[in-house]
Amino acid sequence: MTSTMPDADVLDAALRAALRTGGDFAEVFVEDRRSSRARFDDGKVEELVSGRLSGAGIRVRSGSSVGFAHTADLTPAGLRTAAQTAAAAARAGGSQTSAGKLSRRHAPAPNEVTVAPDAVAKARKVALLAAADEAARAEGSAISQVACLYGDSHRSILVANSDGLLASDDQVKTLFSVSAVALGDTGMQTGRESVGRTVGFELFDTVDVRDLARTAARRALRKLQAQPAPSGAMPVVIGPGGGGVLFHEACGHGLEADLIAKEASVFSGRIGEQVAKPMVTLIDDGTMATEWGCYAIDDEGRPAQRNVLIADGVLMDYMWDRLRADRADRATSSGNGRRESYQHLPMVRMTNTYIANGESEPDDIVADTPNGVYVAHLGGGQVNTATGDFVFGMTEAYLIEDGRLTAPIRDGNLIGNGPEVLMLIDALGNDFAMGSPGTCGKDGQGVPVGDGTPTLRVQRLTVGGTAA
Amino acid sequence: MHDDDLTTEALASLGDRVVAQAAPGEQIEVVLVHSTETEVRAWEGEVESFAAATAHGVGIRVVTDQRQGFAHAGSHDEAVVAETLAAARDNAAFGTPDEFLGVAEPDGVAVPEMDLWRPELATVDPETKIGMALELERAVRDGDKRICGVESADYVDALSTGAVVTSTGIRSVGRDSGCYLSVYSLAADGEETQTGFGYSVGRSIEDLDLRQAAADAVERAVRLLGAGKPATQRTTVVFDPWVTAQFLGIVGATLSGEAVLKRRSLFADRLGETVAAPFFTLTDDPTDPDAFSATETDGEGLATRRNELMTGGVLQRFLHNSYTGRRSASASTGSAVRGYAGTPGVGCMALVATPGDAAPGALVAGIDDGVLVQGVSGLHSGVNPVSGDFSTGAEGLRIRGGELAEPIREFTVASTLQRMLLDVVAVGNDLTRLPMTAAGVTLVVADVTVSGE
Repeated sequence: MTSTMPDADVLDAALRAALRTGGDFAEVFVEDRRSSRARFDDGKVEELVSGRLSGAGIRVRSGSSVGFAHTADLTPAGLRTAAQTAAAAARAGGSQTSAGKLSRRHAPAPNEVTVAPDAVAKARKVALLAAADEAARAEGSAISQVACLYGDSHRSILVANSDGLLASDDQVKTLFSVSAVALGDTGMQTGRESVGRTVGFELFDTVDVRDLARTAARRALRKLQAQPAPSGAMPVVIGPGGGGVLFHEACGHGLEADLIAKEASVFSGRIGEQVAKPMVTLIDDGTMATEWGCYAIDDEGRPAQRNVLIADGVLMDYMWDRLRADRADRATSSGNGRRESYQHLPMVRMTNTYIANGESEPDDIVADTPNGVYVAHLGGGQVNTATGDFVFGMTEAYLIEDGRLTAPIRDGNLIGNGPEVLMLIDALGNDFAMGSPGTCGKDGQGVPVGDGTPTLRVQRLTVGGTAA
Repeated sequence: MHDDDLTTEALASLGDRVVAQAAPGEQIEVVLVHSTETEVRAWEGEVESFAAATAHGVGIRVVTDQRQGFAHAGSHDEAVVAETLAAARDNAAFGTPDEFLGVAEPDGVAVPEMDLWRPELATVDPETKIGMALELERAVRDGDKRICGVESADYVDALSTGAVVTSTGIRSVGRDSGCYLSVYSLAADGEETQTGFGYSVGRSIEDLDLRQAAADAVERAVRLLGAGKPATQRTTVVFDPWVTAQFLGIVGATLSGEAVLKRRSLFADRLGETVAAPFFTLTDDPTDPDAFSATETDGEGLATRRNELMTGGVLQRFLHNSYTGRRSASASTGSAVRGYAGTPGVGCMALVATPGDAAPGALVAGIDDGVLVQGVSGLHSGVNPVSGDFSTGAEGLRIRGGELAEPIREFTVASTLQRMLLDVVAVGNDLTRLPMTAAGVTLVVADVTVSGE
């Protein structure tokens, strides 16, 4: 494959073209992304897919407006045309900023990648799929279907801006997931398990895909005995790892500075206030080695940061990108400026968002809950940041009766209100774990994120089932 | 831009050059797309962002010795296309042999002729687009004194050209234009905030109804002010058209031939059986030019066609692409769906539930105690299309004595897909075109669990 990254002189010329008619700030973001995925379904390797996406996005800021254009043409002429289009779109004028001399900044990678996926034979990737399929089917004759997915990506990015910043990063990610269907007298049920890390093929030195497959298959099999989920408000205990989705939705999005600036968040204007029970400390950490949402620099060239958002229940800060930091007269962003690809404008996004360990024994939390629901595995979620109402799905859950886990229950959503739920968390375990790799969607853009929690209990959440 | 002169013929010619390289016994399919988009976002009376973009994509599928390989790239550069073909060929060596694999063959079905392309959209002045976004925001802010903000007010347009060329003789080109206005509003009363949205879709700028989009966004947010959490009960729910369209999309996914063949469809063995209320008729019709997602050809280059899925509550057929058609000893229904970056799946393109006679107001008037659902959340997390479990977050209004009453929020509605189709009580007469693959219509469903306090 041809190499495409433009050199500093070309980037400098593009920045000058972007600011020729004025403007306060200009940036060139170059991306070259190679990916491969292989899908095994219905007992067959359906296909291997190779993908390549490379190009540049150029933005120009002039007063309160941002102009943006992108191109797949990384030649000097291609970048100049895109720069002119972005400048025209910004309706630049007024301020005359000149591009500073580019100087390269280095940011440490959270971890090394030891086995580049591009260097691994395709046959080895395919072999993993067949092994996982076999392991899932071996869990029982009721397993009626299995789909396994292997995916890797190598994303090289380069950011140059009119402040003179020149920074680059190589982001390698590897993913594996298994989805199983079980067929019984009550119909079909599904189970899923996945692992994703910001590492290369060495992921499989420590992760046995057959274990993922068994977990997925057992989830589906257990649900064959599931009864309809209850309905109404009740105590809910969430197992280690999974609860990260709850915080991602209940307050993570609401702490993004773009939504704060538009007063589209229930957490607007609440810095310094007690917004959660004192046992709650919430951190967004882009530096967490190997986790799904980590990187050396964000998509604006700023090194990843560890940001404490809520400390002992007190709201400390929001998450910031360059645009929102500038408008709030902050010296820097918090390293949360991200974008799906060069074809998108960056915005404020989470990285790895988690709740620090509490002190309770997880078993005691369940034993102290007379009746309620225990959620062992969560699906995704969604939030309306302006009202704080959020949902998340349960894909493996059980009734709690007299302090013990009893019958499995069918899939459904739970609904709550972020600020209320933060004040209703009344137990945190000491068994912190990261959850499954996620893709967070916002304004049409998806980016990889991680999350984690210890076991926790919410005093009251509304469970969206059908049983009385 | 250097490539604005790209025509459908230029795309197809590029495809021709690739498929001409097919070796004996090898099938090649090339999908090419070229699109230009503009997106203007207004905020507080200013242009927050203006994005102008041109994008290219190529996807190449190779089938050799009953094995399939695929590769894609975001460029039409000849060298990149050559690399993509080489990668697809290499990938094919690792697939499991499957006698039903293969690209589509011409099937003689005539391509419907529809007027989906309005070239004048390409020449609309940027200032006009900016003006519409600014006016949309202003109209919402001025719409009611309780409107306290606008989260986003967008004008978006796209002109797309696509081609599918295969070594089996398919050479299909198509292009379409589309634009929409979309606005998210914030209404406040004291400490409380509620949100609403409005939109308008069209093929050219004249189709857009800015006043209606703004009025909807105002009404949806303002009427939720004061919302409380309802009690938990089983009751009748009325889905507004926006919600119905999302519900139908989930039902449609269960009727794909791929889900049936892979034993993931809860309707797999039920052709000819009654699966829905006796007046419920569901059709996938991408040949209706009024559908926002209308298209002349499918993802494999075959003509689209009208497929009736349920008639009078009876399950009529499943949808197929060429692979699932062959494997189930039938044929493609022209229902291959894909982007350039993937192989063809099977799916609905323009679903519509045949409207009934009653206006939404008349339907509400017939309900003594129920809930109007105006918004749902978490359809991706709380609906299991394999088991049929359906549970979604919701907001809306109580219905009391045949009239819309107080607003409610932070509740769920739950049932199963199987039951809901049978529990449909009425379909409204208010067919609404939406920027989705299903049209909207008011739908009344009995015996659904509303879960709140």
